[in-house]
Amino acid sequence: METLSNETLLEMQRRMLRIRAFDERASKMVKRGHIPGTVHTSIGQEAQVVGATMALRPGDYTTGNHRSHGHPIGMGSPLGPLMAELVGKATGVCKGKGGSLHLADFAVGSLGESGIVGSSIPIAMGAALSASVRGTEQVALAFFGDGAANQGVLYESMNLSGVWNLPVVFLCENNQYALSTPAHTVTSGVIADRAAGFGMPGIRVEDGQDVLAVYDAVSTAVARARAGEGPSLVEVVTYRYNEHSEGLRLGTDYRPVDEREAWLKKDPIQLFREHLQSTGVSPAELDAMEAEVLAEVDEAVAFTDASPYPDPSVAFDDLYTDTEYAA
Amino acid sequence: MTVMSFLGAIGAAQREAMDADERVIIFGEDVEANVYGTTGAGKTRSDKGDFLQMYGRNRIRNTPISEESMVGAAAGAAMTGLRPIVDLSYSSFLYMAMDQFVNQVAKNRYMFGGQASMPVVFRSAMFYGLNTGAHHSDRPYPMFMNVPGLKIIAPSSPTDAKGLLRSAIDSDDPVLTFEACLLWGTKEDVPEEEFWIPLGEARTAREGTDVTVVAISSSVPEAVAAAEALAASEGVSVEVIDPRTLVPLDRDAILRSVHKTGRLVVAEPAHRTCGAAAEISAHVVEEAFGVLKAPIVRVTAPDMQIPFSTALEKQMYPTRHTIEAAIRRVLDLPASSEASELAAASAQ
Ligand SMILES: Cc1ncc(C[n+]2csc(CCOP(=O)(O)OP(=O)(O)O)c2C)c(N)n1
Ligand SMILES: [Mg+2]
Repeated sequence: METLSNETLLEMQRRMLRIRAFDERASKMVKRGHIPGTVHTSIGQEAQVVGATMALRPGDYTTGNHRSHGHPIGMGSPLGPLMAELVGKATGVCKGKGGSLHLADFAVGSLGESGIVGSSIPIAMGAALSASVRGTEQVALAFFGDGAANQGVLYESMNLSGVWNLPVVFLCENNQYALSTPAHTVTSGVIADRAAGFGMPGIRVEDGQDVLAVYDAVSTAVARARAGEGPSLVEVVTYRYNEHSEGLRLGTDYRPVDEREAWLKKDPIQLFREHLQSTGVSPAELDAMEAEVLAEVDEAVAFTDASPYPDPSVAFDDLYTDTEYAA
Repeated sequence: MTVMSFLGAIGAAQREAMDADERVIIFGEDVEANVYGTTGAGKTRSDKGDFLQMYGRNRIRNTPISEESMVGAAAGAAMTGLRPIVDLSYSSFLYMAMDQFVNQVAKNRYMFGGQASMPVVFRSAMFYGLNTGAHHSDRPYPMFMNVPGLKIIAPSSPTDAKGLLRSAIDSDDPVLTFEACLLWGTKEDVPEEEFWIPLGEARTAREGTDVTVVAISSSVPEAVAAAEALAASEGVSVEVIDPRTLVPLDRDAILRSVHKTGRLVVAEPAHRTCGAAAEISAHVVEEAFGVLKAPIVRVTAPDMQIPFSTALEKQMYPTRHTIEAAIRRVLDLPASSEASELAAASAQ
């Protein structure tokens, strides 16, 4: 395991806090009707997201899914335009055309989140193809869930990226459920083991609540990709605390109560706070960081509130680069 | 000028684009061996493996039979600095990648507020009229016309195939090309130098004043043949318009012609319901109802699957005879030239 600077370790905690605070606020805003529609939070999965995104470097690419706020935040995207996007403001990162399901911030390599489960996986592979043909050292990482791991396109993409030896990491966020469906009831075998069939490494991070464990595994895969040794599959076992989406009330107890309690005790942010304290970071410094992040989210909301809604005519822009909409 | 086949023209456009811009790459099933004849350097179907020798494996890539990931990879590569051309061989295989076409290729630029550009070309050939049976005979371009965000071309001559493909490759938006195999062997003089035909501009394949026929893909030469026959037998003057690009559609050129002639026949090899002909007809009715002297007539494939046997298949697509019959209908002429000779004789 590489030794990380204190600065990097603190940045990990800061990004996890950002994701948590952003998503907690978004959850409230959905319930109050401030955000139209719904959002899917990454609360509980912050270590998995940040361990992966911090293993990348500027210039690298990511694609994601519907549980999507954490991915650009993890890549360093500023919170204001992300929050404005969730509300549908003109200053949103996608000008109000994407919303929660389709965040993208190309400035940080976030090539877009996909509302269609599994659909963005080959897009990341294509970004890796581009890096490979252009001869850069960029790496692409595709985030997808345990549910998406049963989409055929993942296996086409693993095969093709293996054949072309592309610098791509397939990152399965195994939060153990696809909506109400427990992963083990629809998944034959172990997801990470499927990599063997394509002649690539498959790593399973059992403790996905440990940001350093995730960082380590993903760093190995990223280093391999950057060195021209091809793709890897990383499966991270984690847990979402909230309902599949905010405001959703399923009539059945598809998740045992004690299961959730047990995972709450392994909270990734609390665990890493304790780790940082054990290395000598003071509680006061960590408290200050939490306050700063909360203030950042407040600012993002203030930015959102102060922003106008887009002019309705904007709905007809940006379909093509050079062709006006013809009524 | 040099004589080129339709297929050779496509190969020439691809070669010029590969030479002009190293961001252009080609991938697809069996492209290395030039199985479909468009990744070679000749003027017709050319020698094996030319492109592979000329451009190497970094830019000419065989793929596994994995259409969904091929289309997605092209989208991701286009969003990050390449200009891929994907050879999907048969149009019928586009369905395998429908999610990528509809949800990623077509939507990403819009959905991400203009952050993405998607300079990618998806080529596919429509193998209809060649006894390939129901799984290989599709003409699915109208389905894709229903997806905002895609541009669509359907050239009907070697010159158009070459010029439109260059513009498609240079476009920063995704372009699907639908090439009729029935036209592959067509030959004509094509300018030897590089040239571009802008997307969205119709071509007047034949000028006329009495009736407009808007024809698509392989229906264009059939419509021209029908027009020649009617000029000879009835002295009627038929204008044939080939939109060439279906999205964006040159609606103005169609309307201009209809304003001149007052009559419209639309011919295409796709199915009838919600086809390009349906869209063109509806648009003309909305915009030029007042100048129409007769109801519009569509000549299309029926809403039926494509059978194998020649005896069954040959009736499925517009021919010079069915187009001629439609023109006769809108002009209120007798159904055939024999009939009109009889009518003329009995009038004497
Ligand atoms: C192709 C497709 N099928 C179904 C859905 C509906 N859906 C949205 S999220 C989801 C569960 C996805 O589970 P997983 O991939 O494990 O991601 P998670 O929500 O657990 O993060 C389903 C079924 C969809 N959006 N797309
Ligand atoms: Mg899941």
